[in-house]
Amino acid sequence: MELFRNPNIDFLGKKWYFLAFSLIFSVAGVFSMLFWHHIPLGIDFSGGTLVEVKFTHSPDDNAIRSALDRAGLRQPKIQRFGSAASNEVLINLSQEETNEQALDRGKDLIIKALEKNAPAGKQDLNNASVLSVTNYLLEKDPLHAGVEANQRYAAIAQQIVNFRDKSKGGVLASFDDMKGVVDPAVIAALQDGYFLSDFGVRNVSIVGPQVGKQLQTQAKWAVVYSMLGMLVYLAFRFEWIYGVAAVVTVFHDTLITVGAFSLTNKEISLTVIAAILTLIGYSNNDTIVIFDRIRENLKLMRREKLSDIVNKSINQTLSRTILTAGLTFLTVLALYLFGGEVLHGFSFALVIGILIGTYSSIAIAAPILVAYQDWRAGRGRKPAVLAPAKESGRREKVKAKA
Amino acid sequence: MNKNFAWKLALIVGTLLVFLFGIFGIPRSLSKQGLAEALTNRIHLGLDLKGGTHLILQVQVNDAVKVDADNAIERLKADMKARKINYTEITQPDPANHPEQIVTKGVPPESRSDLMAIVNERLPEYTVSSGAENTWMVSMKAQALSELKNRAVQQAIETIRNRIDQLGVSEPVIEEHGLGDYQILVQLPGVDDPARVKDIMQSTAMLEFRQGMGGPYPSQEAALQEHGGVLPPDTVLMPGRSIGSRQNPEGETWYLISRASAVTGRDLRNASQSRDENGQPNVSFQLTGEGGRRFAAFTGAHVGDNLAVILDNKVQEVAVIKEQIHDQGVINGHFGDQEAKDLAMVLRSGALPAGIKYLEERTVGPSLGSDSIRAGVTAAIIGMLAVLVFMLLYYHGAGINADVALILNLIILLGFLGFSGATLTLPGIAGVILTVGMGVDSNVLIFERIREELRNGKTPPSAVEQGFGHAWITIVDTHVTTIVTAAILFIFGTGPVRGFAVTLTFGLLANLFTAVFVSRVIFDWILSRKQRGEALSIG
Repeated sequence: MELFRNPNIDFLGKKWYFLAFSLIFSVAGVFSMLFWHHIPLGIDFSGGTLVEVKFTHSPDDNAIRSALDRAGLRQPKIQRFGSAASNEVLINLSQEETNEQALDRGKDLIIKALEKNAPAGKQDLNNASVLSVTNYLLEKDPLHAGVEANQRYAAIAQQIVNFRDKSKGGVLASFDDMKGVVDPAVIAALQDGYFLSDFGVRNVSIVGPQVGKQLQTQAKWAVVYSMLGMLVYLAFRFEWIYGVAAVVTVFHDTLITVGAFSLTNKEISLTVIAAILTLIGYSNNDTIVIFDRIRENLKLMRREKLSDIVNKSINQTLSRTILTAGLTFLTVLALYLFGGEVLHGFSFALVIGILIGTYSSIAIAAPILVAYQDWRAGRGRKPAVLAPAKESGRREKVKAKA
Repeated sequence: MNKNFAWKLALIVGTLLVFLFGIFGIPRSLSKQGLAEALTNRIHLGLDLKGGTHLILQVQVNDAVKVDADNAIERLKADMKARKINYTEITQPDPANHPEQIVTKGVPPESRSDLMAIVNERLPEYTVSSGAENTWMVSMKAQALSELKNRAVQQAIETIRNRIDQLGVSEPVIEEHGLGDYQILVQLPGVDDPARVKDIMQSTAMLEFRQGMGGPYPSQEAALQEHGGVLPPDTVLMPGRSIGSRQNPEGETWYLISRASAVTGRDLRNASQSRDENGQPNVSFQLTGEGGRRFAAFTGAHVGDNLAVILDNKVQEVAVIKEQIHDQGVINGHFGDQEAKDLAMVLRSGALPAGIKYLEERTVGPSLGSDSIRAGVTAAIIGMLAVLVFMLLYYHGAGINADVALILNLIILLGFLGFSGATLTLPGIAGVILTVGMGVDSNVLIFERIREELRNGKTPPSAVEQGFGHAWITIVDTHVTTIVTAAILFIFGTGPVRGFAVTLTFGLLANLFTAVFVSRVIFDWILSRKQRGEALSIG
């Protein structure tokens, strides 16, 4: 099987279409970043309180909102999370509700507000820790455990919490669920002191303002350093103009990817930044494959025009470019479709980024080389791109070894 | 088959076995259960997969500086008195932000050299510089200051580790968090109750015994009124609290307490939970020899007076001294069992050198963790299968070659995770999936090049040689760029993101071995079994 047999597409001839395409997406993204959704920052960067709650039934957003309102929490953001069947909701409190003096105040208020109709004097088993269940059982001593009480009740409490979290996804709907898991006497004792709320907390993130700002700065520097790293490496391996072309391309990819997050109003989290850094490395791969071929062809076809050499190089590597990107895209798509809600932003960035990164190594990186040379020629200087001498020694060595 | 080939094969099989050992160790049985157990023993799961609590806290290093500066002021006052140097005032102009700066006012010019001599001899970590109108600035040297701050962070880490160890948390991470100033990263797998752990870690556990001079009063104003608006000399007002209980009592109480303490937590030898005659939990303690002597002298001189037990600047208990106490005693309070146990534990573990502030708190419930594992593994298997099947369809015989290399690549990556003790996080699983997608790129690069050479009329052996030769440099280039960004990610990232950077980097390093070396050996083996001129199966 073969995707392309000797393709001969005039990519450089279509550079204006490419430019228009890139401009539309970049400008749309920048517009959204400036005037519409801005850059939607996740809790890692904006700071705040994020609580993931799983209900036993389909959650009612309005009921949650009014409960939180009564607890005095200002403007909580309430989002459905995961599939409809998973009954999950994300509750997001802004930075203003989160301060370093009492970091977990917001979380405690949310749990208290949702524990409606809590019977007086009873604790919520769905949000109880192993330790509190252990201590409760020790006090009640339903099994008359004697000297081994400590270990026995600790094990039972662990068993109950494990059953709740691992088998029931974090929430028990009724005390009867535990029949067959623990001794009936224990269930009876639990019923005296505990009630079951209709929700369980699965995940809590509380980020204070200081860490949020710190992470923002670090993320920016990480992106800048990655691009600088690319520039330096490619300038060292090729000519500096190759490095510039690659970095411009990668910047274009990053801009469009971040723009896509802004346009779709998806939040940028730490893992999304990880995805973007990976893209900076990865989208260079295709560019390098094409540059490598351009350099090789420069030696073979000394008399031809640079634009022809570039076109030919893109066509020769087209099959590889599409295949490698396609295969990586396949795995990233699997991640996007099956990897779960937590990795959603991460895999979304990779899906967009790999598509754009592949397109841009053909449509942006290579034409920059040609445009640069045309510009140099226009000013009557020697074309700098046509100087492959630096690398030839190394290539010879490889041949000799092979 | 030549001898060279046998060596290469041995190397590959050896690598395979070593990394299989890395993944599974020596499993107790080869059943599914035995293997799964062996796997989870070797490969550590991150908090996001296992569930647990992640905290970032900041050591308030200025607390430690302030203690040092307070001591310096005391020594300065004493020495100036001894050498008869006059001064009007010794203050700290900005105690909140720069406690290391001490200003002496009103020192006459002729005493200047005496002051300098005192600082040089008695306070070697401080320097003197002159200000306006007979004021002198005594401040800590920059190096001593940064050493003191770093020492406070290290001490805080030690103390917190002592306390966490006694809680029985398995595999806790307590380390300096290099991304911020004086921050500590604490990761506690399996801990689902961060509030209690935070209370225990945060407790500075500064225990003092002082003389109680009056109280309780319902408010500060009431206390002042009692004494005609002015506090008696060498006394301070301190709030009372029922220590350890998370819900602070609504009504406040205040006590008048002597400024000096008789003994402090540093004089403690041991502390443990015990019970009073009514069966109420309390904390009993023993003092060191020196501390016991001082305590005996103090209580002997104050029989009938009040003794105040002060913890973290809050009055825990005020009791009448009935008789001289030597080296042991009890602290009463309305403790629960757990509270008394926790208090004894933090007293034993020593005091924190400075207060701490929580900056970030994340708790992942175990139910979310297991959902994440399921989703991640599903995605990995589907992605992997898609790639393996595609390679077979597209490259036929050579596809098998690529698939073998890819599977070996995964085994090396997972084996590395087992050996190194690096943790596998959810983004780490994504890194494994990406390694599959990016790793196979190397095979595609090589195979496409071989096809191209074959199309140009080269014989299979020479096409294979050319293919590997040309693709090699490109593969190194592409791997370097990805690893550079992964390294930056490792430096800037924490926890889950670091896990991603680690798996991606080692996956790609292993890929250099599998996609280039292993794949080449397989090609050579296939070519050696073929007749001259026979075609190569590469789609």
